[in-house]
Formats: sequence, C-alpha cells, structure tokens
Amino acid sequence: MGLLTNLRQSISRVTGSLFSAQDPKRIGIYGPPNAGKTTLANRIAKDWTGETIGEESHIPHETRRARRKENVEITRDGKSVTIDIVDTPGVTTKVDYKDFLEHDIEEDDAVERSREATEGVAEAMHWLREDVDGVIYVLDSSTDPFTQVNTMLIGIIESQQLPVLILANKTDLDGSSVSRIGNAFPQHETIPLSALEGSNMDEVYEKIAQYFG
Amino acid sequence: MAELKSGDDGTDGVRIDLISADRLESLRTMEKIRLILDGVHEGNVVILESGLAPEEESKLIEVTMSEISPDGFTGIEIETYPGGDSKAGIVGRLMGNSSDSKMTVIGPANQIETLHKDKDFISTLITRR
Repeated sequence: MGLLTNLRQSISRVTGSLFSAQDPKRIGIYGPPNAGKTTLANRIAKDWTGETIGEESHIPHETRRARRKENVEITRDGKSVTIDIVDTPGVTTKVDYKDFLEHDIEEDDAVERSREATEGVAEAMHWLREDVDGVIYVLDSSTDPFTQVNTMLIGIIESQQLPVLILANKTDLDGSSVSRIGNAFPQHETIPLSALEGSNMDEVYEKIAQYFG
Repeated sequence: MAELKSGDDGTDGVRIDLISADRLESLRTMEKIRLILDGVHEGNVVILESGLAPEEESKLIEVTMSEISPDGFTGIEIETYPGGDSKAGIVGRLMGNSSDSKMTVIGPANQIETLHKDKDFISTLITRR
C-alpha cells in the first residue's frame, strides 16, 4: 500500500505541475444524488465570494445542469488556490419519472424533470472525462457508500489520474459513519463535514488548498 | 418493455447472456455498449466475464442516460466486483485500463434489485415483469 500511495502522490504531483500558476483549476463536485453537493458548493462559494451557486433541495436531481462559480480564491496557512467550482448533477445509472411523483410533483413536470436529469447526468460524465482538473467527491455519511455508482465513479476518476478529495458529508445526521466511507475507499483520505451546518469547513479548505493548490 | 422469454418447452423465465472475456476483448467500446444495452432493452440480464474499463463505464452511463424515456426504458442496474488478482487490478486501474477480472452483471433497472453488496459478495433479486 506504501508503494501505491507513493505512486498516487507522484501522479498527483505530475498532474499538479501541469496546472498553470495563474489559471483557475476547474474542480468538479461529484457524487450520487442527494449527497449534499449543491449545499457544499453554496457553502464554499458563500464563504469566499459571498454568493451562492444554486438551489438546494431534498428532492433528488434538483441540480440538472452543471453550474459554475468562477474564480473562487481560497487561502489557508499562507497557501492560496483559485478554483472554478463546478457543481454537477448527481450521477446514477437509472432515472424513472415516477420517482418524482412521490415528491408531490405533477406528472408533466416529473417527465420533464426526468428528461433534464438524464441530460444532466450525461453532461456530468462528459465534464469528468474532458473538462475538470480535480474532483471533490461528496458522500452522504449516513448512507451505505459501497454502491456501484460510487465504485465506478471513483474508478473513473482514478483512471483519469485526477486529484480527488473524498468528503463524508452530513455528519450532523443520526447514523452518520465516517469510518464506513473510509473503509469503502481506503486508498483515499476521507474528510468529515456537515456542509449544512458548516462544521469542519476549516479542514475542508485546508485540504482543498493542499490537494488542488 | 421487458418481456418474459419462452424456452423450447414453453417455460417462461428471464434470459441471461454470459459474454466471455475473449468476446469482449474483440469489440470496440461502442460495440460493447450496444451489445449490453441492446440486450438490456430486450429485458435480458447481461453478465460480462471481464467487465469494462473505467472509460467504457463512463460512456455506458452516458449512452444509457440518452436512451431513457418515460414509460419505457428507465436505465440499468449494474454490479461489478473484482476478481482474485486484486494487485493486477490496482495497477491496471492506475494505468487507466483495468477491465480484467471484474465480473459485471447488468440488467434492466426495473427488473434487478441489489439486496446486499460487500467487497466479496453480491445478492441480487431478478424479477419478471
């Protein structure tokens, strides 16, 4: 595992050296639906620019288009990094408009929402293959992380040799287990936080500066 | 969309297609994706002996999304787990082309439900619709 860690760090350093010092890095916020990606994106954007990115909702696929907040400058311990935050739709392998009906959404709207959701997932995958320089992978720490979508996405991110920071979100919820996420992806460091309550954001910003700076 | 299949003796069931590693290796990315999705569209469960590379999995998700329609195809359920040579798998992943030793089960989302999954065990319920 030591060799693997060293190899990964070498890859990260090579990837990092490709970044131009003055160009903002596009950091994609990825994860399954309802992990709290937009809540995190809003938290980061609000803390450093005073503005938010998008609407938060408990309904899955509220984010159906990738949304960007440009030139977010994060400073920690004298180290500064400027990033473009890309808040992406939650990735899934299935979308059924009937699932939206359970959230008191009319059928026509549910059909439209599901259509937009499928386009959004496809767009998110395209961004991942072509257009991001690093990834913040957000998981709901109160749910089982050992899902196929998570396994596939982490594998895809690793194959792209992108620096990735795994965040165990929603630590404010009963049943939250950060170690469960750490055990699912032991090859990566896992940082706990509650984007909703803003807890442990100092460490999150420190890691963003470290991983993407 | 998914139909029951009838065997030669008239009995009904779910068709399962097992695709060998050799067969997969001879196909290009889109040929693999079409082979999978055409089967799943017909209500079949497709089992790949050797799985897909991460790039191919990414394309599979993207193409699947483009084919979802209301009251029709709702997507796929997919489960994989690595084979015995995990060391080779990790190196392969670092090289970005690991599709070996990764058995993969893919089926219609409305017919397959994963009951349990951990690092070396998957329990799946396949229903007939």
